[in-house]
Amino acid sequence: MSLSAVSAPPVVATSDTPFIVRLDAFSGPLDLLLHLIRHQEIDITDIPIAQIADQFLEAIDALGLNEAADYLEMAARLLRIKVQMLLPRPFDEDDWEDPRAELVRRLLEYEQIRELATWLSTQVELRADRFPRGWVQPLPQPEPPPLVVDLTELVAAVERVIEAMPQPVVHRVIPRPLDVEGATRRILTVLEERDRLDFRELFDERPTVADVISALIALLELARVGRLLLTQELQFGALTIAREPTHAAA
Amino acid sequence: MNRRTQLLEAALFSASRPLSLDDLQRLDPDATAEEVAASVDELRHHYQAGEHGIVLVEVAGGLQLLSRPEFGEAIAEAQIVTRPRKLSAAALETLAVIAYRQPVGRAEVEEIRGVSVEGVLRSLQDRGLIDVVGRAEGMGRPLLYGTTMAFLELLGLRGLEELPRLEELSVALRPLAEMVEQ
Repeated sequence: MSLSAVSAPPVVATSDTPFIVRLDAFSGPLDLLLHLIRHQEIDITDIPIAQIADQFLEAIDALGLNEAADYLEMAARLLRIKVQMLLPRPFDEDDWEDPRAELVRRLLEYEQIRELATWLSTQVELRADRFPRGWVQPLPQPEPPPLVVDLTELVAAVERVIEAMPQPVVHRVIPRPLDVEGATRRILTVLEERDRLDFRELFDERPTVADVISALIALLELARVGRLLLTQELQFGALTIAREPTHAAA
Repeated sequence: MNRRTQLLEAALFSASRPLSLDDLQRLDPDATAEEVAASVDELRHHYQAGEHGIVLVEVAGGLQLLSRPEFGEAIAEAQIVTRPRKLSAAALETLAVIAYRQPVGRAEVEEIRGVSVEGVLRSLQDRGLIDVVGRAEGMGRPLLYGTTMAFLELLGLRGLEELPRLEELSVALRPLAEMVEQ
């Protein structure tokens, strides 16, 4: 009996390779073995072990299950039983232990489990139609629909993005170097001629910020080292610059 | 429907798990066990007799309000509730072995199924359907597994005693001697 007929459902023939493996088709070597036996309507208590062992080997080879250790273990077991069956039996048949007995027991036990598994599956399906309250399983996020755009839409979108981009604000930084030394010299020159003067007299009509700051720093520094005296009569009032000796005399 | 029955209904509605008779008793400590049972009966009858989309069922050793099965398809289709992920053949077989042999170690499950079950055991444990219930005596003191309440809930069973009895199966495991004689 050819195997392709036996294991028709889980196996698909192609031109390149004889079979495409569906590893999930069988849940294990016992499943495969049971499939071979039941499909050929073999009496499980009297398994033609040589035939089944050959078919099993052929199947795991064809199914590409060679790498699965579980299947190889079963293959070895089958071959061992096959050999044991060839050994001469003792004269007294009662002393003979069927080497297949353990395998048959396991197969029946497994078949029972498989029937229970089917029952469980049916039960789970029945139960799956009845929802309890409070069983809040998050809905799977639906996949976004495939994007369909033509070129004009794409270009328009790009333009919108570019328009929405904020124009970078570039500050031009113009260096305005302070000239504290120059201001210091100028103040000292003026003070050589006059005893006192108003702060505003240090500048021409349109002083720059840099000029004012330079002069202020120079004044503060000169006051600190005791070269001159700064007075202010009123809050926010005029700043009077006086030569230090004048102050000492006063 | 008296006030106690209404209280039980409210509790069953609020719970996300089956409630045991003990749970229900705690709601109203003054009530006798008979009175609680009577209220449960009244509620059950109310949902069965009335025109309701839900029923009160006994499951996993407790009571739970469940939607009626004939509406399951429509509810799932409208994506209001997702059905639990289906169990693989390997997972179902492993569950069957554990359900009937518990507490059972990995080696025994592997012997019966004829395959390595390490990965299946882990995923069943992750889904809360089985759990470690102890350790065997002997070498290495292997872990022993058993089924959980979630297993019963998944199957909609009141208890393990509702699993089919082995002699009810079409493949009865007969004594070895009997098989060999035939």
